[in-house]
Amino acid sequence: MARVCVLKVLALEKYMSADNSNLLKTPLYNLHEELGGKMVPFAGYLMPVQYPLGVMGEHKHTRAAAGLFDVSHMGQVVICGPDADHWIESLVPGNIIDLKENHIRYSMFTNERGGIMDDLMITKRQDDLFLVVNAACKAADIAHMRAHLPDGFTLTELNDRALVALQGPKAAAVLARFAQNSDIRADEMDFMTYAEVTICGADCYISRSGYTGEDGHEISIPAHKAEDVCRALLAEDEVEAIGLGARDSLRLEAGLCLYGHDLTEETTPVEAALLWSIGKRRRAEGGFPGDKIILDQIIHKNYAQKRVGILPDGRAPAREGTEILNKDGAQIGTITSGGFGPTFGGPVAMGYVKTEYATPETEVFLSVRGKSLPAHVAKTPFVPQRYYRKNA
Amino acid sequence: MTTYFSEEHEWITVEDGVGTVGITDYAQNALGDIVFVELPEVGNSYDKGDEIAVVESVKAASEIYTPVSGDVTAINDALEDEPALVNSLAQSDGWFYQVKLSDTDELDDLMDESGYKEFVAGLE
Repeated sequence: MARVCVLKVLALEKYMSADNSNLLKTPLYNLHEELGGKMVPFAGYLMPVQYPLGVMGEHKHTRAAAGLFDVSHMGQVVICGPDADHWIESLVPGNIIDLKENHIRYSMFTNERGGIMDDLMITKRQDDLFLVVNAACKAADIAHMRAHLPDGFTLTELNDRALVALQGPKAAAVLARFAQNSDIRADEMDFMTYAEVTICGADCYISRSGYTGEDGHEISIPAHKAEDVCRALLAEDEVEAIGLGARDSLRLEAGLCLYGHDLTEETTPVEAALLWSIGKRRRAEGGFPGDKIILDQIIHKNYAQKRVGILPDGRAPAREGTEILNKDGAQIGTITSGGFGPTFGGPVAMGYVKTEYATPETEVFLSVRGKSLPAHVAKTPFVPQRYYRKNA
Repeated sequence: MTTYFSEEHEWITVEDGVGTVGITDYAQNALGDIVFVELPEVGNSYDKGDEIAVVESVKAASEIYTPVSGDVTAINDALEDEPALVNSLAQSDGWFYQVKLSDTDELDDLMDESGYKEFVAGLE
């Protein structure tokens, strides 16, 4: 039945919507079509899963040079209000108050049970907070924030801006050729910092961040200038357009979580091995949804499951939903993301296991098509992260 | 030697009652970069339409159902170390398995090369 499965590959069927006519297009849709992108439904948008280079080639190109990703489906939101950093700490466990201006923090919205409603990037700008949230969660995130928004605050969704990521070891040097600002050199910005620059005459927000494990930037561009900026970047020798397929394999190799898969409302930041994102002061003070449960997990280490990397010993990839077994054949967990790592050169996965099995090198088995395949718990990332840190 | 094709994008060539089976160039191109092929065990017996192999590309796993019934007589061990052979040489070195046909009449249900070309053209 290769035919049905071909469709499966091209459509990432789990995100497939029954009616394509309701799907949204990003400001770069026409460019994707022109570049030969295979457009598939993803989180309510028609997005390129791959271009003619293919997932493997796109993945390797990003790690070797620079890849340009359209992530305009993600939500860009600005929160403005007095002490907005204090306010947002009532919704996220990250330390935002102590974040310096033009610096970025990775955090998550938690629910009353300590579960993760979404993960997001928060930038502290001079007069406001700039948030980037997941496409599939943005409506719920915005409703959640509005429900808690104090009088005198404004929440603005930047629907008139595209968002792209330029990622890879040569990405910053490429962007520096275009980003004009008398004080800022794009390639000298520290990891997780923010700047406003002009690119091809467009007022852009750039963040030295991304979700591939590579150096690079995310670039917020006025929608009507997005195609111009992307064409200029793609005209550089180092840059190729990269689809969602390679974005997924890149983030998985880098050990980065995908919301809705590795993070859900049923998993806490502690269980998700994201404790590093909860600052010392927040651990002491709490003051975010689900704080009692999360702080109790931190102090007493009494949680039942933990997210870990899993490396199959053989060549067969273990996909999402694969049962993780102990040597007696009892289920001890489930794979939440899994596939082939083109740079790693073999299958890679992550998932949740009972905490007593979470130590690296623990031997486990994966139930793949009725067979019990040996694997082991492994540290992530599976390939070294190469973020740009000035003082490193 | 005639090559037969299935609507599920497998090909089979038959010599002395033994068929060599693989997936077509069209299928490998649509599946993308192939990273793993799970092959049947030699000696096992399958009916036409049984799941006999699995192809994993970077993004997804796809089952392969055998276009003919019979006993598996050989598998292509080279695919273990080099699954990408299916991408580069789908209809020659990238073969999957050989099968001793139990009913050669089953070949009548398959297409010849020009029939398959027409079939693929109709999909696009």
